[in-house]
Amino acid sequence: MARELMKGNEAVAEAAIRAGVTAYFGYPITPQTELLEYMARRMPELGRAFVQAESELGAINMVYGAACSGQRVMSSSSSPGVSLMMEGVSYIAGTELPAVLVDVMRGGPGLGNIAPSQGDYNQMVHGGGHGEYHSIVLAPATVQESINLTVDAFDLAEKYRSLVVVLSDGSIGQMMEPCELPPFKPLKTVFPDWATTGAEGRSKRVLTSINLDAAAQEVTNFRLMRRWQEIEANEVRYKTYFMEDAKFAVTGFGSCGRLALSAVRAARAEGIPVGLIRPITVSPFPTKLYEELSHKLDALLVVEENNGQMLEDVLVATRFQIPVDFYGRMGGMVPFPDEVLDEIRRVARGALDTSGHPRDRWLKRMAQKNL
Amino acid sequence: MDEGKEITWIPSYGPEMRGGTANCTVVISDEEIGSPFVHHPSAVIAMNRPSLDKYEALVKPGGVLIINTSMTDRKAVRKDIKVIEIAANEEAEKLGDQRMANMILLGALLANLPVLPQESIKKALKGHLPERHQKLLSKNFDALQEGARYIP
Repeated sequence: MARELMKGNEAVAEAAIRAGVTAYFGYPITPQTELLEYMARRMPELGRAFVQAESELGAINMVYGAACSGQRVMSSSSSPGVSLMMEGVSYIAGTELPAVLVDVMRGGPGLGNIAPSQGDYNQMVHGGGHGEYHSIVLAPATVQESINLTVDAFDLAEKYRSLVVVLSDGSIGQMMEPCELPPFKPLKTVFPDWATTGAEGRSKRVLTSINLDAAAQEVTNFRLMRRWQEIEANEVRYKTYFMEDAKFAVTGFGSCGRLALSAVRAARAEGIPVGLIRPITVSPFPTKLYEELSHKLDALLVVEENNGQMLEDVLVATRFQIPVDFYGRMGGMVPFPDEVLDEIRRVARGALDTSGHPRDRWLKRMAQKNL
Repeated sequence: MDEGKEITWIPSYGPEMRGGTANCTVVISDEEIGSPFVHHPSAVIAMNRPSLDKYEALVKPGGVLIINTSMTDRKAVRKDIKVIEIAANEEAEKLGDQRMANMILLGALLANLPVLPQESIKKALKGHLPERHQKLLSKNFDALQEGARYIP
């Protein structure tokens, strides 16, 4: 199939349509709105459901209800809107329903701004909603990867009866890149045996997240946790660059992972043996990979468009066995590759100060730049 | 894209979209593109004075700066880059449509920064424009040609 030039947000929408989404519920918010607008046009064209809800609360609860029917359903939003959805997200997790949520992250906290950011990592990877649950979180770095991961998100959601988050950001949502769209999948005609599809001629099915019997709730939570172990064992994905002979590595996810690639290439051109690790699933996190690398590498540099949120997962995985340093910009600021290159040079010079927490050392260095 | 290159296009989608230094960054590469944002681009097309003020200093040494003098009232300051001045609005009006100004500037860019032959652009426009816009092609091609005359 011929390559087309598409905007990230629109490419995600078309990918979801081709993956067989039959109902979309959302509310406009920059920098995600093109996704909703595209759906508003395309879904009715195809005889599928599009609802602009009265708010993000409405949208996620419509997703919750529609997911009960076993249909492929989704919503999308950006950071402040996603925060509003958190109650519904927890209910979806508690009811063990498949659904897809796209978060096109922007600068925060609060209303913040509409610039690209990665500040929702903790919210999406380590909770957001209340109670014991995990969501699968996929972090695309290009328009093509946004397409591929959106399609996979629906399959993973159904396979594990789980919420799958596509964690994008303003830059990936707004950029145009050449991409190839997948073929149309036929719409589902067979639905799982838990789905509420109309109880005529069979006993009724109940889907709920309320469980007043604590012992029974614990049984559910054990099931969720064991299912998560299975996800951790089977679904970890990442991409590595120049790691064969690397003594140092940079690691970052999504857009920050790709911009670090420019810095890594420049560092390689200077003769620094540095590689790049870009997790594609940030949840489940590639813990084992980082643990293995901590026996091979001299040092690791974590780069994020936030205050060092993935950094904590890297520290747990490497168990402080190698020096880990951090560089980040916050609030919608995006680092240029030359900032990352300076950090790579500093790390490669060796004799790193490893006292205290990498975040504290970063804050100290940034203060020297009057930040 | 049609020439097998990798590309990214990223716009400013913030408040500047409504006036000021609305801009977009284009990266064309033979390999997988890392950062879509570029600190020091090899070429800048400054279409108005605020953009000239903001981006002139960022052009990579030895790079190209194309200035639309119809919308600017000062000369470039840099001496270490190639500066091309075009009164693009007036030239476009001479071609019969002020909206051709951007195509004239693009023609000048291609003539001064060897990223793609003009023929590739023409072929791509022909290949990707919907049928109802195909009638505009010849005027666009004229504008590219006009811009290509601006070589120092």
